Amino acid sequence: MSTSLWLIPLFPLVGALLNMLFGRAIGRHAHWVAVSALAGSFVASCVLFARVATGEVINSTLFSWVGAGDFETSVAAYVDPLTGVMLLVVTGVGALIHLYSVGYMHDDPGYPRYFAYLNLFVFSMTMLVLAGNFLLLYVFWEAVGLCSYLLIGFWYTRPAASQAGKKAFIVNRVGDFGFGLGIMWLWSAVGTLDYDAAFAAVVGLEPSTATGIALLLFMGACGKSAQLPLHIWLPDAMEGPTPVSALIHAATMVTAGVYMVARSHVIFEQSPVALTVVAWIGVATALFAATIGLAQTDIKRVLAYSTVSQLGYMFAAVGVGAYAAGIFHLVTHAFFKALLFLGAGSVIHGLGGQQDLRKMGGLSSRMVATTITTTVGGLGLAGMPGLAGFFSKDEILAAAYGSGHTGMWALLLLGAFLTSFYTARMLFLAFYSGPRMTREAAHHVHESPGVMIFPLWILALLTVITGVAFGIPSEHGTRFARFLAPVFPIHEAGHSGVVALMLLVSAVAVFVAGVVVAWSMYMAAPVRADAIGRPRTAIHALLLNAYYVDALYDRAIVRPLLALSRFLAGVFDLRLIDGLVNALGRAVVASAAGLRRLQTGYTVNYALTMLAGAVAIVIFLLSR
Amino acid sequence: MDAIVFPPVLIGPLLPTLVVLAAAALVLVLDVVPWAIPREVAAMVALAGMIGALLATLARWSAPGRAFRDMVVLDNFALFFNVVICYAGALIVLLSMDYLRRTGSESSEYWALVLFATAGMMLLAAAGDLVVVFLALELMSLSLYVLAGLFKRELASGEAAMKYFLLGAFASSFLLYGIALIYGATGTTNLDRIAAAIASRPRDPLFGIGLGLLMVGFGFKISSVPFHMWVPDVYQGAPTSVTALIATGSKAGAFAALIRVLTVTLRGVPPDWAALLWVIAAVTMTVGNVVALAQSNLKRMLAYSSIAHVGYMLVGLVAGGVGGAGSVLFYLLTYTFTTAGAFGVITLCERARGEAVEVSDYAGLARRHPVLAAALGLFLLSLVGIPPLAGFVGKFYVFGAAVRAGYFWLAVIGVLNSAAAAYYYLRVVVFMYMREPEGAATTYASSFAGSLALAIALLAIVLLGVMPAPFVDLAQAAVAPLLR
Repeated sequence: MSTSLWLIPLFPLVGALLNMLFGRAIGRHAHWVAVSALAGSFVASCVLFARVATGEVINSTLFSWVGAGDFETSVAAYVDPLTGVMLLVVTGVGALIHLYSVGYMHDDPGYPRYFAYLNLFVFSMTMLVLAGNFLLLYVFWEAVGLCSYLLIGFWYTRPAASQAGKKAFIVNRVGDFGFGLGIMWLWSAVGTLDYDAAFAAVVGLEPSTATGIALLLFMGACGKSAQLPLHIWLPDAMEGPTPVSALIHAATMVTAGVYMVARSHVIFEQSPVALTVVAWIGVATALFAATIGLAQTDIKRVLAYSTVSQLGYMFAAVGVGAYAAGIFHLVTHAFFKALLFLGAGSVIHGLGGQQDLRKMGGLSSRMVATTITTTVGGLGLAGMPGLAGFFSKDEILAAAYGSGHTGMWALLLLGAFLTSFYTARMLFLAFYSGPRMTREAAHHVHESPGVMIFPLWILALLTVITGVAFGIPSEHGTRFARFLAPVFPIHEAGHSGVVALMLLVSAVAVFVAGVVVAWSMYMAAPVRADAIGRPRTAIHALLLNAYYVDALYDRAIVRPLLALSRFLAGVFDLRLIDGLVNALGRAVVASAAGLRRLQTGYTVNYALTMLAGAVAIVIFLLSR
Repeated sequence: MDAIVFPPVLIGPLLPTLVVLAAAALVLVLDVVPWAIPREVAAMVALAGMIGALLATLARWSAPGRAFRDMVVLDNFALFFNVVICYAGALIVLLSMDYLRRTGSESSEYWALVLFATAGMMLLAAAGDLVVVFLALELMSLSLYVLAGLFKRELASGEAAMKYFLLGAFASSFLLYGIALIYGATGTTNLDRIAAAIASRPRDPLFGIGLGLLMVGFGFKISSVPFHMWVPDVYQGAPTSVTALIATGSKAGAFAALIRVLTVTLRGVPPDWAALLWVIAAVTMTVGNVVALAQSNLKRMLAYSSIAHVGYMLVGLVAGGVGGAGSVLFYLLTYTFTTAGAFGVITLCERARGEAVEVSDYAGLARRHPVLAAALGLFLLSLVGIPPLAGFVGKFYVFGAAVRAGYFWLAVIGVLNSAAAAYYYLRVVVFMYMREPEGAATTYASSFAGSLALAIALLAIVLLGVMPAPFVDLAQAAVAPLLR
């Protein structure tokens, strides 16, 4: 029976293979394969969810993968309520985004390839979530990175897209470097990588070892979930098609880091230092990215920085031990951020590819369904009372306050104000302010087809009801937290009436304040397009350029590394330099007997190097 | 008067090598028989020799044998390497068939020399005596020197052969001198007896110098820094099929001898020589990767990449023990298929002016020849170490063994290196998938044998990545007897 859970990854894998191998024959019908694969996967996830909802844990081993001596790792699944929640989000939101893509990618020449990659991604993500040990987790951790590379660079004829794909891949590799080391260290420390056994064995590990392992694992999470200082790839990743941004860079892939930290919370709990680092990196990222979001003029970049910022909230939550709150925010964020991206996609579609907020405005009368649904999503992100985002964010703030991190709470509250502001700004500029596009462009504005609007309504509905249904706090935590109690013991203590009221009032206050400030700046009086996004102060320029982090990395890391490579090539690879010189020489004496170029001079150099090496080795062996 | 007692001649332990040598002899004979024989026959004989040797190897599995007074030791260790070498040889024969015809360099000497080189590699893996090590090494090397200069009309090929020969001879002289010193220190060249002689006085300086000089010789053959200078020039200049053989088979043979000599003779010695290997490993992988970043020629880039991979393998050797040495064997297996495959793709790519050797020659390959591009892409991703391909599992075992043995920082350097290496491998993928060619495009030189070789290599890297366990067990079982 439990082997049937493998259907969840199998459906999208088969879909991907079909579209990859027979893409030419399938052609315009590629979506039938891909969407039905996701639908099947979603149904299978629901069935599985119903089984684990009772708190049952399912282990299923497919086959033994790598093993040597006392060590063995299998291709095995580990399913508990946390896995169930993640699977529902990945396949559910994934299915909606697949459906939406049918309309959005309609005219793209790479239609089958697109759906093949999308299926492949969902396959990797479900396997990542299902994995029952760290090695398999790592495998699919890499695989989602690879898929995101393929999807970001999907429109590879655009240099910016292929550049962004490469950047995402390489920045992720930096994180994976730490992640891989963390796994190896864990292995050498406890001798196993299976979740159950490893978590049982880490209790009582030496604090320094636990800290080292936890921080290295967190480094991987920083890469995948775009936390400081590895956040730079996510905003660039918006070069991919918009449904891809919604799926990968908002709803699922970036949540892998949060999932991994929550999944290995036993390891992190062995090290208070590591938990503190996680929480503070989260808080710092939340604020940092929110401030950048204030100044962006590209609608997708606003959303991208908002994703980075919201992920910071999730890490802040898991860092203070409120794992259920972090995962709850992950779920609600998946709903409203997917909604926002798809809504933005609908806007971009309706405007013929325009992403610049300065050239939008006045869409509310022309794209009614998009406007309503996207506004719901925006309000969910901004934290309007009653919507999902309000409850989940409130849980995080309460957990920070309740665990004694008052400073953290204040910063997160400030972040919430910024979030409310930039979200309202985006909504006002796109939909409600006067139109700023050319007359020609305005003429072509049209609402998107039903296949794109339908997923928007579903996501809007989820944004409205999820909070009320699962997120209302009580003496014993939220319903969601109680559901996850078999995985995460409930930490969140109930607050006394006064404190709870204070937290509630402050959360509502920052939401209202953010909207009001945005109103006064962008709606009270009509704004001119050229007045937006032009830096008037140094701080504004700093925010607009995302604190120049990219330029900093370029100067401090990329260029020195390339210079070093060239320098070493000069030292170790004489031929490379020689080749250049000779190319010059050949141009001068084109027909001369310059062909007799046996590099005997270099051969002597090579031999001398060998001799030096030999002398060094002998001296070493004699001086032992 | 006592009769002279001849040692019993047991050819059983030599059987796999003899099969290859017999095939080589047959190729030479076929060349001089008076009646006309189709050219393909020589290639078929060579292929049959490789497959026959593989079968002979499998037939003797787990039946260790010694011959000629322990000069040849055909244990599971040697058999494991025989499998690697036979596969490498067979792949190279398949890749060479149409490649040679296309480049107009077909000759029966080629097949004979490939077979002789392979025999040398196999003998190297089974050498139980330093004299046999030297003989086998020379048999292999001399054949490869000639093969590197196969393209007689091309200057780079001749230059490569000349350099390879001069520097190789230089390295061999170190090796020979080292053997002489070890003989002087212990009175024997047999590995087991050296171990016994040295166990009581592990700090004998004469032995130390001898071993150091031996390491210089091996360092040259496996191309570890600072004995790697010849690698890029030779890999670039030699015919690509020969490059593939040098990069896979000869490296496997030299590694076999290195592992056997070090683990057997230093069995009872405190492991302080690991510090030396530590430094060589770290420098080798770093230099290989960093310089590879600056390359624009694909063969040269793969040459530096192969240097980097030697560094990774040395990490496993530093870790030592069944886990460490076993991980090196497994890594060599994955590396052989991956590297032979990557060079194999080059032999199948053709341009108007000759071979497609610049990275930029591969621009837009994915659009016109998607299967070929996907194959090269997978080989490169395996070299990066992306799961679930073979390269990932190989790296996992090597670095895992290092961490377990307490060499955490060496593993850090290794993982950091493999993270940086992604950049230059990925650049080729970017060219194949995301660039349009400037000028004439590279075309696929149709070849059934070559495609078959690529298919085998692809299957192997997927299989080794998805189900590595039985092969890792074999590798570890192969090194276990050496450590006893």
